[in-house]
Amino acid sequence: MSAISVQNLNFAYGNKTALNDVSFDVGAGRFCALLGPNGAGKSTLFSVLTGLLSPPSGRVSLAGHDMGNHPRRALASMGVVFQQPSLDLDVSVSENMHYFAALQGLTKHTAAPRIQEALEKLSMYERRDEKVRQLNGGHRRRMEIARALIHQPQVLLLDEPTVGLDAATRHAITDHVHELAADGMAVLWATHLVDEINDDDKVVLLHQSKIIAEGTAQNLRKSQTLDEWFQQSTGAT
Amino acid sequence: MNAALIAMLAIIRREMLRFVGQRSRFLAALVRPLVWLVVFAAGFRAALGLSIMPPYQTYITYEVYIIPGLCGMIQLFNGMQSSLSLVYDQEMGSMRLLLTSPLPRWWLLFSKLVAGVCVSLLQVYAFLIIAALFGITFPVFGYFLILPFLILSGLMLGALGMLLSSTIKQLENFAGVMNFVIFPMFFMSTALYPLWKMAESSQILSTICAWNPFSHAVELIRFALYGQVNMIALSVVVATFVVFMWASVIGYDPARGMMRKKAR
Repeated sequence: MSAISVQNLNFAYGNKTALNDVSFDVGAGRFCALLGPNGAGKSTLFSVLTGLLSPPSGRVSLAGHDMGNHPRRALASMGVVFQQPSLDLDVSVSENMHYFAALQGLTKHTAAPRIQEALEKLSMYERRDEKVRQLNGGHRRRMEIARALIHQPQVLLLDEPTVGLDAATRHAITDHVHELAADGMAVLWATHLVDEINDDDKVVLLHQSKIIAEGTAQNLRKSQTLDEWFQQSTGAT
Repeated sequence: MNAALIAMLAIIRREMLRFVGQRSRFLAALVRPLVWLVVFAAGFRAALGLSIMPPYQTYITYEVYIIPGLCGMIQLFNGMQSSLSLVYDQEMGSMRLLLTSPLPRWWLLFSKLVAGVCVSLLQVYAFLIIAALFGITFPVFGYFLILPFLILSGLMLGALGMLLSSTIKQLENFAGVMNFVIFPMFFMSTALYPLWKMAESSQILSTICAWNPFSHAVELIRFALYGQVNMIALSVVVATFVVFMWASVIGYDPARGMMRKKAR
């Protein structure tokens, strides 16, 4: 069974098509890069996957739970990091984490060890008492990833989480998330930056609202670099 | 503890922390009605004669008359402030965080409303204490009895703010809300002058005042301060809250609501 299953998804804003018959699957323990240039439909797809938008046709299922029929179960199985930061800047890291845990319905007693574990996994535990405003962009992103793990989801969705970060920080965050996939989590990582993708990662290429290629990065790029293949596939050159 | 209750308490705590962190907001929330009470009421006291009318059993000063209206004004502004913070949350992404919680969406929105009401209660009681220091007091039981009605009026005004927030795309558009919602709602109500006084100058305005749900929120508070329940006002406030809340839940529904239009 796929951890993330998207079938024949369509979505339009009025007359403007944003997603056109989009289908793909991501298995548990896989890192899947949703690759596409800006405006390809990645953010719309994320809004549908997270239940913020409801598609007129097609199905989304997360960890076996249909988003249309059982949205709450589907949402409970999912951790999400949005492109836009969603942190309270003037309270501590720990306070932010506890707020999110409570939104998941976790008691303080249950949440505290999980928060510690999630922060430790992302090397952020020692910063738990710092105000978010004092953290740099990389640490804030790490914290958001840690936050998405508190309720122990089976699926992790990240919408361009490295936007605005320097190369070293981007690299570190990408490595962290690859490790999470290696631990058994299904990861969907939206990006337009090919250097965040490893050769054995699954790639779903979204272009002009459609999926135009799907497979491992190595199989897709063949003898080209991934960047060359991406540019060629999307007609950027 | 129940998961829904845990989430609601966390949302209330977050709203309170935010409010405590914004001292200027607290100050503005208090100064605004105090200016009305001290400056405006002083001028109006001479110009406006008030006859004996329910719930008052004797002649009252104008300051006493406008206190319930100013309590309503605090809640009206607070409801709009909460709405503003919801639009800000949408722009900043934290609304997405809330809406991707696995709890029922209507409950999350209701929790947001309750959090806003808690903040407004703090403001109203702080204002009533200051008013008492100015010598404007009410029967002691009135201070306790208004609590459930303040909660109801706060919920109604908060739900109106929430409904507006589901239709407003950007923070910049919020100024329009001030001009087209807050001011007409406040001035065309019984907050500053009784209906009969309004009818003397304009029958149409008086009718609008009588239909304005904010008038009913004010009358609910006014009667409760004297230990009475104005059943018509209570019915209107509850019904208006239900309608606004229902419309807000639709507004935030991913399939039907305005979020869909706003996502463009």
